[in-house]
Amino acid sequence: MSAMALTSASLFGLCGAALVGIGLFCIVSHPDLLRRIIGFNILGAGIFLVFGAVARRGAAMELGGDPVPQAMVITGIVVAFAATALAIALLRRLASLTGSATFEAPAAPPRSEP
Amino acid sequence: MSLFWSISLLFDIALVAGLIALALHVVVTRDGRGAILAFIAFGLLLGIGWARLASVDVALTEAAIGGGLTGMLLLRAHAHLARHAAPPPPVAPEPRRWLVPAIACGLVTLALTAVVLAFPQPAPSLAHQAVASLETTGLGNPVTAVLLAYRAIDTLLEKIVLILALVGVWSLSRDAAWGGASQLQPAVVPEPLVFLARVLPPFGVLIAVYEVWVGADLPGGTFQAGTILAAMALLVMLAGLRPAPPTQARALRVMLAGGPALFVLVGFLGVAVAQGFLSYPEAIAKPLIVGIEAALTLSIAGTLALLVAGPPDRAPEP
Amino acid sequence: MTPTYAATSGGLLLVLAVMLPAAAALAMLVLGPRHTRRVALIALALGLVVALATGLQLVRSGTALIYVIGNWQPPLGIALRADGLSVMMLAVTAVVMAATGLFARELFGLDLATSDGRLATSFWILLMGLWSGLNLVFVSQDLFNLYVALELLTFAAVPLVCLDGRGETMAAALRYLMFALLGSMFYLLGAGLLYGAYGTLDIRLIASAGQHGPAMAIALALMIPGLLAKAALFPLHLWLPPAHAGAPAAASAVLSALVIKAPVFLILRLVVDIAPPGAAAVAGQVLAVLGAASILFCSVMALRQERLKLMIAYSTVAQIGYLFIVFPLAGVGDGTAPWGTIAWTGGALQLTSHALAKAAMFMAAGIVAEAIGHDRIRDLGGFGRVLPLTATTFGLAGLSLMGIPPSGGFIAKCLLLTAAAIGGHLWLALTILAGGLLAGGYVFRVMDRALATPAQPLLLRKPIPLRLELIPLVLAVLAVGLGFLPLAPFGLLQIGRPDIALVSP
Repeated sequence: MSAMALTSASLFGLCGAALVGIGLFCIVSHPDLLRRIIGFNILGAGIFLVFGAVARRGAAMELGGDPVPQAMVITGIVVAFAATALAIALLRRLASLTGSATFEAPAAPPRSEP
Repeated sequence: MSLFWSISLLFDIALVAGLIALALHVVVTRDGRGAILAFIAFGLLLGIGWARLASVDVALTEAAIGGGLTGMLLLRAHAHLARHAAPPPPVAPEPRRWLVPAIACGLVTLALTAVVLAFPQPAPSLAHQAVASLETTGLGNPVTAVLLAYRAIDTLLEKIVLILALVGVWSLSRDAAWGGASQLQPAVVPEPLVFLARVLPPFGVLIAVYEVWVGADLPGGTFQAGTILAAMALLVMLAGLRPAPPTQARALRVMLAGGPALFVLVGFLGVAVAQGFLSYPEAIAKPLIVGIEAALTLSIAGTLALLVAGPPDRAPEP
Repeated sequence: MTPTYAATSGGLLLVLAVMLPAAAALAMLVLGPRHTRRVALIALALGLVVALATGLQLVRSGTALIYVIGNWQPPLGIALRADGLSVMMLAVTAVVMAATGLFARELFGLDLATSDGRLATSFWILLMGLWSGLNLVFVSQDLFNLYVALELLTFAAVPLVCLDGRGETMAAALRYLMFALLGSMFYLLGAGLLYGAYGTLDIRLIASAGQHGPAMAIALALMIPGLLAKAALFPLHLWLPPAHAGAPAAASAVLSALVIKAPVFLILRLVVDIAPPGAAAVAGQVLAVLGAASILFCSVMALRQERLKLMIAYSTVAQIGYLFIVFPLAGVGDGTAPWGTIAWTGGALQLTSHALAKAAMFMAAGIVAEAIGHDRIRDLGGFGRVLPLTATTFGLAGLSLMGIPPSGGFIAKCLLLTAAAIGGHLWLALTILAGGLLAGGYVFRVMDRALATPAQPLLLRKPIPLRLELIPLVLAVLAVGLGFLPLAPFGLLQIGRPDIALVSP
């Protein structure tokens, strides 16, 4: 484990920590639901980077990193994508039915499906 | 050596700064479309970050899914919302609305920072065990071995998660359209898109086949290949060269369920002829795994493409 | 090196419990709507058999069932393990699932035009996904595998909420999805920190590591609140009432009876099996305060609801609160073995009786809404005259929620109350009593309408077949019948506890 890899792992780990905070803030404070969904993706990216830092720190046997957390991140990215797709499908349907893309009361009368 | 180190460290610092700046831009900008474009750039930058973390497998997945497919979903959603919903209210400017959440989120980041900096040294790692057990799987890429052998049940059930997500998305259609196809093609198809849709797919398929094949031993594999195939299929449908298939079509459903179903069957085969559920007989472990990967690639491609396409909105033909 | 886990006979049953519903979901997708219901009923029958066989195997061997997937030992691989508590959860799940399946078959059968349409077909596939996820939560030993299980639950549960396709339920489903995702992500983040510190995600291996750095504390502080958001404990309960009330009756029944128990079960495992004693004691106290707040606040909210399904949903949040006051009552974190205490038994009984009673109640409410066309409590005067069996179901299930003898809920609350009195937790004892009184209030409010004489008699929109009414009645009778059960079978709860390998590694 070289000092260089360790520094780089910590750097990306800290980046992950920052992205978690930013994503979380977007989710809890943004009124626009589409933006909240992007916030979820930023939060997810931050979490995966923490895994990435853990993996990089575990580099051994001529591998660039511990393959177990790397594999978990791949699984996680695919699940996060599926979550985004479901959230967006719900949001689109909500907008079609109520004319609103927020949880507040509908601002416009409902419009019909295209 | 030290010069090389400082240059690469500077590069990493710039990368991290770019990621954080883009993420902040997504949160504060008032322009919805701008936020999405910033997020797509963020995804591509993150892909480079993963390469810097020496995880090429993850880098390929992140760039394809995080930047590409998610970006496409978001852009289509934005266009839909612009047509059907009232514009979202602007971000509340008064500090009392955002100060408390900002402090709370800052605390989470601080706590994480403390843990990240206090991780034990030397770091615990399963790299040794993962490499030591590679031999029994016949594979060369330890990440593929984790996904398809050591922790195969995670991968298998995650395929079920994808299928459930797709069933969930389909369930959002109107009753009349259920079982039909989604309308992907925009009213006016830009000429360059049609050109790309004619030229790219053969290369995409070639790359995907190559990814599955080398993924056993080198970075790459079923997720990355599946994503590329999904992108090709979407391109063709968006350009209007081929319509989206009706979701009730039997062939489509066999393709979607085929990968995980084969996975389950081989899993239970292990009970009879190997050391239990999801254990492969050592002599034919590699061909079995590559076979499962091939079937999974098609299933993933179909599922991802249909997740982007969204709920069916045209009634099925009787 | 001795393996961490030694597979036991019958361990394959745990794999079957998880994979059978998953395989059924795949089969439904391929075979199409016309065969979906048949596949579901076969899977439900087989699943019941698997749960029964698991229980028998556990009792016969007297030790926990273990299976090592693919024969890859943790930390590299994943192990499944079912002790007495897990097997109890598997059994309750199988019973409620089977009842829900039969109920759904009858309910969807009322309208032949839509019985293989969008709503019904999606329901069956999602139900199988839920079942697979629930069973995995109860048997997996690996924290990342448990994350996958939680996501199975999320992706199956959320679309169930908005199957009726109204704007209102879309908003409820989207809000539910956001809470659930946030919960999963906090959980996953905590799991990542634990991997960084311990190099494994196996519960047994983490628990047997001697030293605990800051990672353990922070990870628990992320994972437990994440799971609380999924369990809808006060004050993170806001998503639950509209979601559970908006779902079709059969879906509400499983969501309220089973799905929110999964995060509760995981919190229990984190606090009892992983957390070091000091952290466990602190977590237990905080959880008990939130649990008590849930009981009081949401019981009052239930009293104030206009609609029957919303009232039942608020009652769910209140009843979940009882599960969290078990932590200090069972002495979690003070060095004793919590699974030997009467509070532990009380908690298990509460969990079981609530699952049965709440499923029965939501099905009864579904029948009322189906037969009368609405569920406004005020306008339900005299529904007991036209739907006597359903009113009886509601009353029996209500007995158990209130904790009136003889019923499972009575024994549960009695045990918790005794534990609170012995342990000197006066405020918890008062909370349990107040919760019972409030539950009495909201149940009697409905029963009063059931028995009222309306100015003009209620008319049924459509005839309700007897079989449809009988299914929830059976569940309600089971919930009451638990009160007659001698407590000896709850010795089952101690099988596999403490985890031997933890004591002597």
